Amino acid sequence: MQATLTLLLDGLVYASYLFIVSVGLTIVFGVMKILNVAHGGFYAWGAYAAAYSIGVAAQLGLPDWFGLILIGVSSMCVGLIFGYLIERLILRRLYQHEEVIILLATFGLFLVLEDLILLVFGVNPYFAYQPMVYLGSVELGGIFRDVYSLSLLGLACLVAFVCWYILNRTKWGKILGTVIYDREISLAIGINVTTVYVWTFIIGATLGALGGAYISPTISVAPGISIDVIVLSFAVVVIGGMGSIPGALIGAVMVGMLRALAVHQFPELELFVVFAVMAIVLMIRPEGLFAPAKVRRI
Amino acid sequence: MIVKTLSSDHTIGWVVASFTTLAIVGLFLPNWVLNGTMFGLARGLAVLGLLLLWRTGLISFGHALYFGIGAYAVALLEKYTGVSDIFLRLAAALIAASVVGFILGFVLRNYRGIFFAMLSLAFSMVLYGVLIKSEALGSTDGFSVSQTTILGWQPETKYPLFLMIILIGALAAVGVHVYFRSALGHLTTAVRDNEIRVEYLGYSVARAIHLKYVFSAALTGTAGGLFAMALGQVDPDSMVNWTVSGELVFISVLSGPGSVAAPFIGAVAFEFLRTFAFELAPHAWQLIVGGTLLGIIFFLPRGLWSLMEHVLMRKERRRG
Amino acid sequence: MKKGMLHSGLLALALSAFTGASMVAHSAFADDTFKVAVVSFLTGPAAGPFGEPGRHGAELVIDAINEGTMPAPYDSVGFGGVSIEAMFVDESGGNAKQVAEYRNLIEKQGVDAVLGYISSGSCMAIAPVAEELQTLTVMSVCGTPRLFEGNNWQYTFRTQAHAVADSVAAALYIRDQLGDVKDYTGINQNYAWGQDSWKFFDIAMQKLIPGSSGSDSPQFPKIFAGQYGTEISTLLLEDADLVHSSFWDGDIEAFVLQASVRGFFDKKRFISVAGASAVDNLGKRFPEGTVVGTRGEYGILVREQEGELNEWFINAYRERYGVYPLESSYQYAQTVLALKAAMDKAAAESGDTPNKEQIIAAMKGLEFQSLAGNVSLTLGDGHQAVHPIGYGVTAWDDETDGPKLVDIRIYPTHCLLPPVNQMSEEWLEAAMPGADC
Repeated sequence: MQATLTLLLDGLVYASYLFIVSVGLTIVFGVMKILNVAHGGFYAWGAYAAAYSIGVAAQLGLPDWFGLILIGVSSMCVGLIFGYLIERLILRRLYQHEEVIILLATFGLFLVLEDLILLVFGVNPYFAYQPMVYLGSVELGGIFRDVYSLSLLGLACLVAFVCWYILNRTKWGKILGTVIYDREISLAIGINVTTVYVWTFIIGATLGALGGAYISPTISVAPGISIDVIVLSFAVVVIGGMGSIPGALIGAVMVGMLRALAVHQFPELELFVVFAVMAIVLMIRPEGLFAPAKVRRI
Repeated sequence: MIVKTLSSDHTIGWVVASFTTLAIVGLFLPNWVLNGTMFGLARGLAVLGLLLLWRTGLISFGHALYFGIGAYAVALLEKYTGVSDIFLRLAAALIAASVVGFILGFVLRNYRGIFFAMLSLAFSMVLYGVLIKSEALGSTDGFSVSQTTILGWQPETKYPLFLMIILIGALAAVGVHVYFRSALGHLTTAVRDNEIRVEYLGYSVARAIHLKYVFSAALTGTAGGLFAMALGQVDPDSMVNWTVSGELVFISVLSGPGSVAAPFIGAVAFEFLRTFAFELAPHAWQLIVGGTLLGIIFFLPRGLWSLMEHVLMRKERRRG
Repeated sequence: MKKGMLHSGLLALALSAFTGASMVAHSAFADDTFKVAVVSFLTGPAAGPFGEPGRHGAELVIDAINEGTMPAPYDSVGFGGVSIEAMFVDESGGNAKQVAEYRNLIEKQGVDAVLGYISSGSCMAIAPVAEELQTLTVMSVCGTPRLFEGNNWQYTFRTQAHAVADSVAAALYIRDQLGDVKDYTGINQNYAWGQDSWKFFDIAMQKLIPGSSGSDSPQFPKIFAGQYGTEISTLLLEDADLVHSSFWDGDIEAFVLQASVRGFFDKKRFISVAGASAVDNLGKRFPEGTVVGTRGEYGILVREQEGELNEWFINAYRERYGVYPLESSYQYAQTVLALKAAMDKAAAESGDTPNKEQIIAAMKGLEFQSLAGNVSLTLGDGHQAVHPIGYGVTAWDDETDGPKLVDIRIYPTHCLLPPVNQMSEEWLEAAMPGADC
């Protein structure tokens, strides 16, 4: 019982983390048809910006809870700056290319973002444990959990709810839906697709940065942290269906649970199982488990 | 008929000529240049494999799978049987990669575009996941690969291996070139342009792609084996991880799909650029690569080779 | 065919352009200096706790010897009369990159010897290439016993004892200081060092504390994994109350931070084989009462130890870098001292500047004084070092307002390692004959 509960919690915490990282990726793909490898770069930048600013805050003697605010602020800054610049300066010129070519371009961006981190933040790791220590721990199912990791669950639910609300209950959601359905018709009926694209990309980038920023207090923030993360979030997005937000949620829960199960029971299978599921899903349902049915255009 | 086509074909002429040039120049190169050239040419062979698919409009984001299989085939062959002979090693790399390519080909031949890229990525990451966690397969450490022998003879220098690599590179280049010129080869370009029309002509597109995929896997696997022999080490992070696939795709974009020689030139250029970049600006290497990739996509969609073609064309015109 | 020739000319031109450019860049090195490359992690999670301190340790001692400012017995100027020109190289990027880099160092940069290497993965990958290129290579930190057991390297040396010694010393310390331990589990990185550390710790525990039993499912996360939430849960769920770990680099720091928030150290006794760097780096965040080792007479273990060399090292290091030397600082300095001792010895025997073969002959079986103890290269046919290893328990020193180790016990060499010509596993399984500690 205790073991099951622990496993469930471990899986859900990891799933929440994966969801926050992946949801931006899936939104960008859904609206813009871009499979964005540079998302990993936003993640890393978010983590560094947060860890750096939390470190500065600690040196200035600001209280530990202040770090929680900095996490939000730094991910927004990263998303806004990089999201805007990259969409305006680079991606906008590539929309006429094939999806795979755009994928390559984002891979190039990913590499650039990685090295910019080295140039800006240096090569040594950063620690920003203050927010994690501040929130302390709580006993659940017989073992202690840090509240900070548990709060990931809440954040994931919040992100999911906000996405759902915007898409289904606001004018913005309707516009997005139209753009996703048919870009040309949206143009024809007077939707400013350019603006929609910029904001979508900024939101996607901010969510990627938020994933990195939020996880930064629990890890040592060091070069190369995004290399594993980006393929994992690809797996999540592919399993759930590229472009589908509920899909990302379910993909994240599946991957999170599988990984927790593997670490608890069969540690050798930890990575294998995630990508095996990704491959199997692609083989039997290439559009993902929960992708909406699509009209095939010939 | 074939002989006639071949003899009138310039590409084959200059592949032979450059093979000879390299074989002679190789005798006088310092070791580290010889090494760098070997790494570059081996990677070039892998990129040639990618090029084969690219001509059909398919970009694999998981070819490190075959690169890794080739490399690990060489390492595991040595670990479990002690074999270090170049021909057996090559055979192991080639067969292992072809078999896996043949099996996965049944699935992948039905995929196009981004789905092809993603499924390739998934397969390569499955191998990565297995290697990284398995002690018997070397986990993150990988294995050392001892020096290659040739029919029981242990050469003093790396030159024989170098000769072997350029020989295989030249054979593969000619082979791929002849294939592109054949009816089947032309067919695959047609597949890229309009698949449905090809089907109407009575060809099986899936089968044509499958065949290509196996060839591609075989080339890349052989390349991985050669790379492992030239380097003397295999490990998952520099041979199987997705970044390696990305690097191979980068070199193929850098070289462009224009010629079978382009991948080799592109890969050797890449290798030496990297050597110097690591010395001069170790923290800006990925920046250079990423920036170059973007630049090529923006300004030179047909790769560096198109620059070369441009120069050649101007010369021809002036002469004509 | 004319066009063909043109093409081939261009191709050859392109290739030889690289070659030519490369040749120009290849600079000759002066004969009166001995050029060494010092390899350690300069980027990534291992740079802060291991790579940088290691580099500094080597740099400090090399400079002092070149200037002749070190205390006796290393007070003569230079290494066998010549001064060392050191270049510092990054160890990160994986084994394949390290092998390529090593070839580059020898064949392009023309270095005479290579020192360093922290990861066991790097050491295992480099040794065969060192042999192939016939280059003196002295390893500083890496710990896998596989390096010399089953291999007979001529050009590779290691001035650090291997994981068997660390594991046996850990088991001895547990027997002597913790007494009542019955069940234990572990979390180690999934590569040569982590696998070997756990394996030998397990055997040593069985032999030294009869009736104790190791976990069936110790954790082996990937090195530099960073997040250990799930692993910490599984360890907490296990009945074993002792947890063994050979984590090092940024991993030990991340693990300690994540685990301490979850009350891990209140519930479990934790023994960290190589985590002393985190004690200094995390300060008060590192839990008190944890058993910590430094893999030798290094770092925080010998911070209060008297002795001219040790005191000089600590003071000079603090003066230059503003912090205390960590364990890797000692380990890298120790490698430089071994080279100094061997080159001096070779120079005395030959009466001239020694060549490579003479240095190797002098280093084989060398006994030398390190900063805080003596080291001898007795195992691996005179290529593998043995030296005492100690553990202590972390505590906070209010006087210095810094961390310290208490209850320090240092175990002598013959209790930790097999005699010459016996494999470690054999010796351990035979209940460590000759070890009377």
